[in-house]
Amino acid sequence: MTRRGRTALKVFVWAACLAPLAWLGQRAWVGDLGANPISFITNTLGDWTFRILLASLAVTPLRIVSGWSWPITLRRLLGLFAFFYASLHFGVWLVLDHYFDWHEMGADIVKRPFITVGMAALTLLIPLAVTSTSGMIKRMGGVAWRRVHSLVYLVGVLAALHYLWLAKKSVTGPYYYITVLVILLGIRLADWGRRRLAARARVRAASGA
Amino acid sequence: MLIKHGDRFKSSEITPRALYLDRRSFIAGGLITGAAALALMPRDAGAAAPPAKGQPLAAQKNAPMSLTEAQTPFKDATTYNNFYEFGTDKEDPSQNAHTLRTRPWSVKVEGLCAKPRSFDIDELLKLAPLEERVYGLRCVEAWSMVIPWIGYSLSALLKKVEPTSQAKFVEFITLLDPEQMPGQKKGLFGWSGLDWPYVEGLRLDEAMHPLTMLTVGMYGQVLPNQNGAPVRVVIPWKYGFKSGKSIVRIRLASEQPKTTWEKAAPSEYGFYSNVNPAVDHPRWSQATERRIGEFRRRKTLPFNGYGDQVASLYAGMDLKKFY
Repeated sequence: MTRRGRTALKVFVWAACLAPLAWLGQRAWVGDLGANPISFITNTLGDWTFRILLASLAVTPLRIVSGWSWPITLRRLLGLFAFFYASLHFGVWLVLDHYFDWHEMGADIVKRPFITVGMAALTLLIPLAVTSTSGMIKRMGGVAWRRVHSLVYLVGVLAALHYLWLAKKSVTGPYYYITVLVILLGIRLADWGRRRLAARARVRAASGA
Repeated sequence: MLIKHGDRFKSSEITPRALYLDRRSFIAGGLITGAAALALMPRDAGAAAPPAKGQPLAAQKNAPMSLTEAQTPFKDATTYNNFYEFGTDKEDPSQNAHTLRTRPWSVKVEGLCAKPRSFDIDELLKLAPLEERVYGLRCVEAWSMVIPWIGYSLSALLKKVEPTSQAKFVEFITLLDPEQMPGQKKGLFGWSGLDWPYVEGLRLDEAMHPLTMLTVGMYGQVLPNQNGAPVRVVIPWKYGFKSGKSIVRIRLASEQPKTTWEKAAPSEYGFYSNVNPAVDHPRWSQATERRIGEFRRRKTLPFNGYGDQVASLYAGMDLKKFY
């Protein structure tokens, strides 16, 4: 892909990732956030956190399936936007929903499994965001960096549990997200297995020769 | 970008000074954008908005049984609903419930009673003088509203059929018709969420309590479809889901009915489901609630504030066990 193509792609991703926030802002401006604005904002930000997180998790499977390499250039951007939306989602809970009621929030984090896993997911995203710079990749070395960043799989699972455990029975939303997550992780797993088998075959071929 | 400001606010939309000042302290401490705060200001502080077009329904105000708190705006009470027969999102019922046909309609009252029979909706509208009562509504999801309902005590209907001495419980059954109620249709892989029809129940003494209301209207008009037209019950000291909507059958029974939410998640939704800040939902706290239109959470009251009237119904019962 040309340099200009890459730039265009990044501009597009920036615009796409900021669009939900702009949409929320517009709805807020015209006073159209429904009867329960805080709940609406929290849910919207939560939905987009999960969607962008899944988009970042789709980058590698897309490369595996298509053979294209250009999606990789978008992975960091998508990951950081997922962290950005997760932070806003948390911020709304902290400020608008509970208004710094530390006691109640603390109790919720300990007692409510869906909040526990949500907090864990956000916390795990912090080291990933901090080590997302090119300098950090160099400093840590590719192997260590990749190992740390494989935490994102765990974050995906925790995010799914967070949504599943908070939704009431018969609400179908979480299952769509979980289906996508399972497919994305499944493609990686299949690819990992295929490469291991190939590597073993190479070793066998080498020793047999 | 050109942003037009002319006539954007009606005078009713101007936030009272006290509310505004209270909000400043929040904004000062907040890290979320001012846009969000702007949106959170109640558009209708104080009295409810004039009802939208709907068939008017005259009723005598029952002041002693009414709250004096500010009523929830009509628009909020009719667009923020849990009525899973029309979808699980809050705005689904207001968008989908137009398919419900509320005429002709009758309610069959049967089971352990001397005079079981069917009541046409027109008969129900005249069975007892219609009263307007302003009740608190506390949803199990920790939000609440204040709604002027129209109807009369359910006991007026139950007395007509003369429950026998064996009758200990009352079961309320909602309409089952996937053509009218799209939420009842089976989805992917036969998924239809809850076990339809929606079934709720009360103990007979709870059902006979004067606060328990057979409801046919709200905000001076007949019930909008999304609020349970044409006839529902309202039990203000219990979580909202206990108040069955669009009722077609009422059955008097000797056994405790198995309710829909109990079947779906027995550890989360008990038969009693009295509003109780001391007993949490397993997944969230019930200690506080957000009154629709308000910014800060408020403390939830035992029995939703109706303890003086109803606590005696549960004398000697462990309300943690019978949640």
